[in-house]
This record gives sequence, structure tokens and C-alpha cells, in this order.
Amino acid sequence: MKHLPVAGKAITLLFTAAFLVACSGSDTKESDEAAAAAAAAEAARAAEQAAAAASSTEEARMREAAMAVGNVFYFEFDSSTLTPQAREALDAHIVLLKSNDQTVRLEGHTDERGTREYNMALGERRANAVRDYMAGSGVANYRVESVSYGEEQPVGYGSGESNWSQNRRVELK
Amino acid sequence: MKTVALALFNVVLLVVSLGAKAELVIEITQGVDDPTAIAVVPFAWQGSGTAPEDISVVVQSDLERSGQFAPVDRRDMLGFPSTQKDIFYRDWRAIETEYVLIGRVSSTDQMRIEYELFDVLRQASVYKGVEQGSPNEARMLAHRVSDRVYEALTGIRGAFATRLLYVAVTRVPQGKDHYRLTLADSDGARPIVLLESREPVLAPAWSPDGKHIAYVSFETTRPAIYRQNLLTGAREQLTNFRGLNGAPAWSPDGRTMAMVLSKDGSPDIYLMDLASKRLTRVTRHYAIDTEPTWMPDGKSLLFTSDRGGRPQIYRYDLASGQSNRLTYEGAYNARARVAQDGRNVVMVHQKSGRFHIALLDLVTDRLQILTSTELDESPSIAPNGSMLLYATKFQGRGILAAVSVDGGVKFRLPARDGDVREPAWSPYMSR
Repeated sequence: MKHLPVAGKAITLLFTAAFLVACSGSDTKESDEAAAAAAAAEAARAAEQAAAAASSTEEARMREAAMAVGNVFYFEFDSSTLTPQAREALDAHIVLLKSNDQTVRLEGHTDERGTREYNMALGERRANAVRDYMAGSGVANYRVESVSYGEEQPVGYGSGESNWSQNRRVELK
Repeated sequence: MKTVALALFNVVLLVVSLGAKAELVIEITQGVDDPTAIAVVPFAWQGSGTAPEDISVVVQSDLERSGQFAPVDRRDMLGFPSTQKDIFYRDWRAIETEYVLIGRVSSTDQMRIEYELFDVLRQASVYKGVEQGSPNEARMLAHRVSDRVYEALTGIRGAFATRLLYVAVTRVPQGKDHYRLTLADSDGARPIVLLESREPVLAPAWSPDGKHIAYVSFETTRPAIYRQNLLTGAREQLTNFRGLNGAPAWSPDGRTMAMVLSKDGSPDIYLMDLASKRLTRVTRHYAIDTEPTWMPDGKSLLFTSDRGGRPQIYRYDLASGQSNRLTYEGAYNARARVAQDGRNVVMVHQKSGRFHIALLDLVTDRLQILTSTELDESPSIAPNGSMLLYATKFQGRGILAAVSVDGGVKFRLPARDGDVREPAWSPYMSR
């Protein structure tokens, strides 16, 4: 996922407020106005800071939760049904995605069994199952792109269920 | 713009010959029970210097690879005749030779191979021929000799003077695998890398005239179908749709390409008119419809669909627009390819959890399992319908393997390094 510069925005606002204060003149009348402006700016700055701090803490907390569950969701053989574990993990990502406007790429994969093009379609079905689950929780389809790699990019190269189960997956990127 | 830069970085178009040395090694594992004993006598070289290629070695290994012949070892030959008058039939009878092939090779601007096949028992000429061409094509000329000899003795047109496309993959631990779309002679010799990429390359397919190929490349980080002219190297991206862009299959008249797109929701079969690029949707089903392939008459398509719950082969009739299920035996039948006779259909078939190549006879409706390996896929039939190539795993590596349509002849074609997969046997090449 692309990290939006939320903290960066707050810093820009702070800098603007400081710049306004520094620019206020020494003329009495103007300085009264300047003082008023500065006070207003100060209030705005404090409010911004508090909001930014709250939002960045919340953002960081959601991001941590999403990172903790990982970005890979696993499937049973020839199945595109989300497992309860996958749903739970996805929920953490959905909370985060609903707080921002990021786009995500869902890469669907299969194990080596069966034909390559059928697996290409199966990988897409898995990615779309994740997309549809996210849509059902309010993450709009236009923010999500499904790309299937079929059996082309295994994580485990060997044969046998221990490798195959690692390879039947959707990666959220 | 990022995509363009990536594409340039990720893919290298090449027409670089790797030399005559084959990337693939041939290991014959099973032949017919009573192969025909044939002596391919070293052809007499009548040019200056040394011969650029040992024609008779190429012919001998072609015949041996068919599994139907047992070539006589050169060291057992009592003489190397190159004309009819030098053939002493009793010498050949003594070493139980049934047929003798002799020849003479000369080369100036053109290479010329004159050859004649004799029946030892009848003491008579069976076939006599001449092949001519560029000395650079010496091996292809030798394969044409094999084609003629094979046809004279079996009644079936030879398919040695054909080519293969395959995908070679070098694994890069902790990194992106290295894909090479490769073109080689039917015996694996003279490999040429057509495309190199760090993103997946798959589904190579031939145009019916053997002059163009199509494939799927992920070089833009999404799948797209490309068409490439083998002579000029000119390359064209045919599709760029959201979702799947896969399984290109040329129609027998070369004008239309069947493909799989999921742009309208689920994977369906579409036809692209190659002149206008206009698309026609063929299947409309929420299930997976994929892996289209044409019947030789161009009137119907076979495809894989899981509309019945599990992947099975269906036939779509272009005139009526109706799809009918063809396979009922087994829970997984996919990626059909049809022999030129329109009768033999090969496919991936699952039995007891293993994936084999099976042959369905459309006349008798009988399904026969041809292979005993267990992760078999991507069958591709020779243009004469006698053998098929497929991909499998052997000792942990992806290799190509071949089996005759009666299951009697088998050989393996592992790569010297890395994995090889997705063989596509060319049509007959126009001269």
C-alpha cells in the first residue's frame, strides 16, 4: 500500500502558521490586526496539531493492525472461498482502507496442479473474491485492481501440500 | 509513463542464436516392441573441406526418436556404401538390417542431398529423393530427408522438419524468475531466444502458416497478448484489457484469434478478427471458460469450463452458438488440443489426484491415459498427429516430454539448466 503523507500535511500547515507570524509588521494599527491574526493563527495551529496528532495516532494504530495480520490470504485447493482467518485478516485492512483513499492491487495465485490457463482464471477468481468481500464492507471496486499470476509465481517451489498451501494465495499490495 | 519505462526495462526482444548446441537433451525412455532395423549409412561428402553437418547423424537420431526404428550402430556396419552398386545385401542381412539408407552430400552455394532407401530382403529401392537448400539450413534439410524416409516406411507424413516453441525459466531465489521464450528445431537443436523477461511469459501459440507466433507476457505488470512475426521480429500488442488476457489460439484460416478475456466480469472466450481487431464474445457464463482451441475445420472450438462444477471440455459450435460437454470421465479435464484428423483430442486429465495426459477419441468416445508421470500439462500434438509433447516434472525440475498417441513411445527432453515448459509444436513449415 502507498503511505499517504498525513504527517507531512500537518507539518506544512505548521510551517504556514509560523510564516504568517514572522511576517507581521511593527506598525501599531497593523500590529493590532497582526496580533489578532497571529492569535487566530495560533488557535488554528493548536487545533490542527491536536487533530493531526489524533489522526496520525489512529492511522498508525490501524496500519499496525493491518501489518500484524499480514497481506497474504490463503485458500483451499481449487477453491476461491475466503477462509474465516482470511476474512478476519482482511477486516483489519478494510478498516485502514476506509480511513483513506488508497488504491490496492490484489494478486491472485494458485499451486502448480492443473493447467496454467485454468489456474490463471482461478487466481483471478480468488483475487475477485477478496475484492468482493472488500466491496461488501464499503471499499469501492474502483480502488481495487485484481491481477492473476496463476501458478507462475510460486512462493514454495517444491511439490507437496506444504508448498502448495503456501502458493494458493492472494497478496494485497 | 512508469509502465512504459518498466516495459522497456523488463523485456528484451532477441533473435540471438545460441548456436547449434541444444538447450534440450533427448532421453528415449520407451520405444515400440519390434522396431524396424534401419542402417543410416554415413552420407558421402562430395564438397570441399569437411562437411558442415553430419546429415546422417541427424537423420538417424530423428528415426530413433520416433521409437519406431532401431538404427544400426555405425561400428557394426561392414561398409559405408554411397551408391546402389556398392550395397552388398548379404552384409546387411548378416547384421539383421531391414532397410539401408545411403546418400551423397555436395555443397557449393546450395547444399544438395541425394539419398536412396533400400529394402534388404527384397533387394530393391524403396524411395529416392533430393533435398536442396542453404548450407545454413543443413540440419533442416536433414530433417526433410527423415520426413521422406519416415513416410516411405510408415505411410505417415514425417514431422521432423518442424519447430518447437517453449518457455525456459531460470529460478532466481529471493528475486524475480528469468523467462525466455525459445524457438528450436523439433529435436531441440538450434535454440533461439525470442523474448527475455523478468515477468511471466506463457501460452505460446503458432499461426497456421508457421510465420507468426502469439503469447502472453506480463511485462507491463499485467497480462497482455502479443503477436510476433518470426521473420522480421516485428511485434504487436493485441490486447490490453482489465483482467485476464490469455490463451491465444489462431483459427485454421489464420484470420481470427480465439482468446480469454475477463473484461466483462468472468473469464469468457472471445474471437478477435486480426485485420480489424474487432472482438466477438463467444461464451457468456459466470463460470470459468478458458483454453480455447480450434477444430481443424474451423467450425467449432473446444474449451475448458467449470460451469458443471469442475473443469471439463466443451465444444462450441460457431454456427449454432451452442456449447456441448465432451468429457464425462474424471473430475478434471482441461486444455484440449486436437490432432489434424479432427478425431484425436488430447487433454490434461486427473486421476487419483495425479495429472496425466489423456487422449479422447471423438469417434469411439474412448478416453485413454497416455502418460504415467504425475504433474503433466500443456499437451501439443505434432502436425502429423503421431506424437505429442507435454510439460511435466522430473526430479524436481520442469521438463518437456513426448509420447506417441498410442502411448507406445516415450522420451524426455530436459533442459541442460533450469525449467522448461509449455511446448508448442509448429505446423508443417512451408518451404
